[in-house]
Amino acid sequence: MKKLLSSKLSKNYMITFGIVIVGFIVIQLLIPTGLLSSTFQGLLVNLCYYVILAVSLNLTVGILGELSLGHAGFMCIGAFTSAFFTNAMADSIESDFVRFLIGLVIGTVAAGVFGILIGIPVLRLSGDYLAIVTLAFGQIIVNIFTVLYVGVDSHGIHIALTSEGLGLEEGGKLILKGAQGITGTPRVATFVIGIILVLLTLFIVLNFINSRAGRAVMAIRDNKIAAESVGINVSKYKILAFSISAALAGMAGVLYAHNISSLTATTAKFGYTQSIMILVFVVLGGIGSIRGSMIAAIILTLLPEYLRFLQDYRMLIYAIVLIVMMIATWNPTCKAFLAKHSPKNWFKKKKEVK
Amino acid sequence: MDFISYLINGVSLGSIYAIIALGYTMVYGIAKMLNFAHGDVIMIGGYICFTAMSASGNPWLGIILAVIVCTVLGVAIEKVAYKPLRQATSLAVLITAIGMSYFLQNLALIIFGSSPKAFKSVVPFEPLVLADGALTIKAESIVTVICCVVIMIVLVNFMKKSKTGAAMLAVSEDKGAAQLMGINVNRTIAITFAIGSALAAIAGVLLCSYSPTLTPYTGSMPGIKAFTAAVFGGIGSIPGAFIGGMLLGIIEGFAKAYISSELADAIVFGVLVIVLIVKPTGILGRPIHEKV
Amino acid sequence: MALLEVTNLKISFGGLRAVDGFEVKIEKNELYGLIGPNGAGKTTVFNMLTGVYKPDVGRICLDGLDITGKKTIEINKAGIARTFQNIRLFSEMSVLDNVKIGLHNKNKYSTFEGIMRLPKFHRVEKEMNEKAMELLKVFDLDAEADYLASNLPYGKQRKLEIARALATSPKLLLLDEPAAGMNPNETKELMDTIRFIRDKFDMTILLIEHDMKLVSGICEKLTVLNFGRVLCQGGTSEVLNNPEVIKAYLGD
Repeated sequence: MKKLLSSKLSKNYMITFGIVIVGFIVIQLLIPTGLLSSTFQGLLVNLCYYVILAVSLNLTVGILGELSLGHAGFMCIGAFTSAFFTNAMADSIESDFVRFLIGLVIGTVAAGVFGILIGIPVLRLSGDYLAIVTLAFGQIIVNIFTVLYVGVDSHGIHIALTSEGLGLEEGGKLILKGAQGITGTPRVATFVIGIILVLLTLFIVLNFINSRAGRAVMAIRDNKIAAESVGINVSKYKILAFSISAALAGMAGVLYAHNISSLTATTAKFGYTQSIMILVFVVLGGIGSIRGSMIAAIILTLLPEYLRFLQDYRMLIYAIVLIVMMIATWNPTCKAFLAKHSPKNWFKKKKEVK
Repeated sequence: MDFISYLINGVSLGSIYAIIALGYTMVYGIAKMLNFAHGDVIMIGGYICFTAMSASGNPWLGIILAVIVCTVLGVAIEKVAYKPLRQATSLAVLITAIGMSYFLQNLALIIFGSSPKAFKSVVPFEPLVLADGALTIKAESIVTVICCVVIMIVLVNFMKKSKTGAAMLAVSEDKGAAQLMGINVNRTIAITFAIGSALAAIAGVLLCSYSPTLTPYTGSMPGIKAFTAAVFGGIGSIPGAFIGGMLLGIIEGFAKAYISSELADAIVFGVLVIVLIVKPTGILGRPIHEKV
Repeated sequence: MALLEVTNLKISFGGLRAVDGFEVKIEKNELYGLIGPNGAGKTTVFNMLTGVYKPDVGRICLDGLDITGKKTIEINKAGIARTFQNIRLFSEMSVLDNVKIGLHNKNKYSTFEGIMRLPKFHRVEKEMNEKAMELLKVFDLDAEADYLASNLPYGKQRKLEIARALATSPKLLLLDEPAAGMNPNETKELMDTIRFIRDKFDMTILLIEHDMKLVSGICEKLTVLNFGRVLCQGGTSEVLNNPEVIKAYLGD
C-alpha cells in the first residue's frame, strides 16, 4: 500500500514535468523549421508566466482553500521591484543577464515579503471577506505604483509623488515615472528562462503540497477546528502557503517585466481583472489540480490568438464557463446526472454487455 | 466654504454608495452570499435608462424601465446561477458570482460597445446657488440624498411591519427553521434579489447622473466600494449600510480634495482593509461563531 | 497525583451560565464517563478542556501542568487529544494522511527540507508512514489507507478520528459521543476497541456518551452533569443507581 501511494505520486510528478519538458523540446525543434508563426513565438514567454501565475494561485485557492483576488498585485510587486533594480544598476553591473538574475531574486523575495506582511493581518479572515480584502490590497498596490516617482542618485533611492519632488542631483536617474511606469528594461526573458522558472515553480509547489507543511495546509482547508485540535498552527501554515504563492507570483512578474520594454501599472495588467483572469485558469483546470492549472493556462493563452473571430465573445464565454463549471461540480442534481452519464460509465456498460 | 462643498459632494456620493450597499447587505444577510454581480446590475440599469431616454426623451420612462429590467434581471440571475448552489461552499458561490459579473460586463460590451456613453442627467433642475455664489449645490446631489433617505425609511419600515419583511428576517436567522415555519425560502430569497436589483437600477441612474460617463465597467468599482460600505456599517444591517455608505462617501470626497485624487481609490480600499481586519463585524453588525 | 484535575470551572454565554462549577479528578489509566441530559454542558466542558473556549473561572491541570486558558494547539502539545461529536475529518485527504497530520508535531522536518527533498525528508516520511500504518492496523483501517476519508463508512470514520487523535500521542483522550449513530453491533465492537486502546497505549480516556450500555459496560467512574452543574460523581454502578440521576434522566 505504501509503495502504491508513493509510486502513484511519482507517476503524477513524471506526467506533469514530462508535459513541460516534451513541450519545450518539441517547440525548440519546430522553431528552426519555420512552422511556428511569429505570433506563437511571441507568446512563449507569456505562456510561462501565465502558467506560473495559475499554478501559484492554485496553491492559495486549491490547497489553502481561500480565494485571493489580489494575485496580480504580487505579480506587480515582483515586476516593478526587479525592473527598478535592473534599470538602477545598469551602470554598475554590465551584464544584463546577471542583473536579471539578481532582479529575479529581489522581485521574488519582495513579493514573498509582501505576502507575509499582507498575510499576517488578512489571513485571520476567510471566505468572502478574505477575497475582498485581497482584491483591495491588489488595487492599492497597483494604485501606488501609478502615482510613485522613484529615482536613484549617489545618495541612494528617492521616492516622491512628483518627478520634481525627488530632488535628484545631477546625473541622478529617474526610473519609475508615475503612471508612465518604467521604460527601457532589458528584454532578457527568454523562453528557456521561462521554462526553467516553470519547472522550478512546479518543483516547489508539488513538493510543498506533498510534504509535512503541505499536508498541514490541506488539513486547515478541510477542517480548521480539527487541525487545531491535533496541534497544527493554523495561522503559521496559512501565511506560509500564502507567501509562497505570492513569491511565485512575484517571480512571474519578473519574467513579465523583462519581456516588455515599457512597464506600466494598469488595472488590466495587475489589478483584479487580471487576478480574476488567473482565477479562470485555476477554476477551468480544476481547483486543486496543479497540472490542470498549467494546461488551462496554456490553452486559454493560446486560444484567443487563434480564434480571433471570437475575440469579442472570449470573456463572455469564460464567464459562462465559470458559472457552468461551478454548477456542474456543486449542484446535487447536475452532479448525479454527470455521474450517471460520464464517459467512464459508458465504457463500463459496454464491457458489461460483452 | 470649500469644506462644505466637499462635504456635500461626499454626502451625495455616499448616498449612492448607501443605496448600492443596501442591495449587498440584504442579499448577504438573507442568502449569505456576496453578490459580486450587484455592481454590474447598476451598470445595466444605467444603460437601460440611457437607451430609453435617448429613444423617448422622457427620463421617467427611462427610470421605470431600468427598475423593471433590473428587477427581472436580478431574479433571473438568482434563479439561474445562485439557486442551484444553495448547498455549495462559499468559494464556489463566490466564483459563480464573479462569473456572473464578468458575464454582464461583457454582454454590455457586445451590446452597447466599449466607447463611453454621455449620460444626460435625469434631474431637470438648476443647481442651487448659496452665499452669493460661493457655494453651489448640484440639483443631482440634493435629489440623490433625498432618494437615499426615502429608500432607507421605506425599507426599514418594510422590514419591521410587513409579513415579507418578517419572512426575510426569519430566513436570515435560520433557513431550515424558517422553512419549517411554513416560509417559502426560495421565494423570500427571490424577493430579496428583486428589491436589491430594483435599488441597483435607481443607484445606476443616480450614479450616471452624478458622473455622466457610462461604460460596461461603470458599475464594478462603485459596486466593490459599496460592498466595503456595507461591511463598514455591519453586513446584514440596513441602517448600517446607510451609515457605512455615508462615511465611505465622505472619506472618499475628502481624500480626493485634501490628499490626492489619484490616490483616492487606494485610500478608500485602505479603509476597507482596516475595517475588515480590525472589526469585520462592522459598526452595527453582530459577531458570528462556529459551533464546535 | 491525578492526571487531570479540574476545579470550579465556569463559563457563560451572553448571561447564560452553561457550565457552573464543574470539577473532576481523573487518575492515570482510568476510563471515565461524562454523562447527562442533552444541553447539560458536556461538550462545553470538552471545549474548555481543549481550549476552544476559555473558561471564565476555574483551573485545569494536566499532569501537574496548569493549562487553563491555553490555546488549542498548546493544549494538544501538552497532551490532550479529542474527537468531535459531529465527525471532523480532513475529508479531502487520504485516510493515511489524516493520521499523518496527527503525527505532525512528533515527526518533524523543515519546510525547506520538504521542498528540497533532503535526506531527512525521506527518513522522517518513512517513519511517519510506518507509525501511521501501525495505528491504522490497530483500527482495522490499513486496507483503506489510500481512500479519501470522506469515502469511508460512518463507523470507520469514527475510528479514524480516534486514530488521528492517538497519533498525537496524548496523555488524555477525550471522546465526544463515540457511539453516536452506531448500531448495537458496532457499539459493542467500539467498546472492545476503547478497552483495547486503554490497555495497549496505557491511555487515560474521558468520554461523553448517551448509550447507557456503553457507559455501564466500560466506564469505571462517572460524572453526571445537569444544567451545567455536577449532579453526582463516583463509581459507575453507584452513580447509575443514584435516585437524583434517575430523576434527571427520566424527569419527575
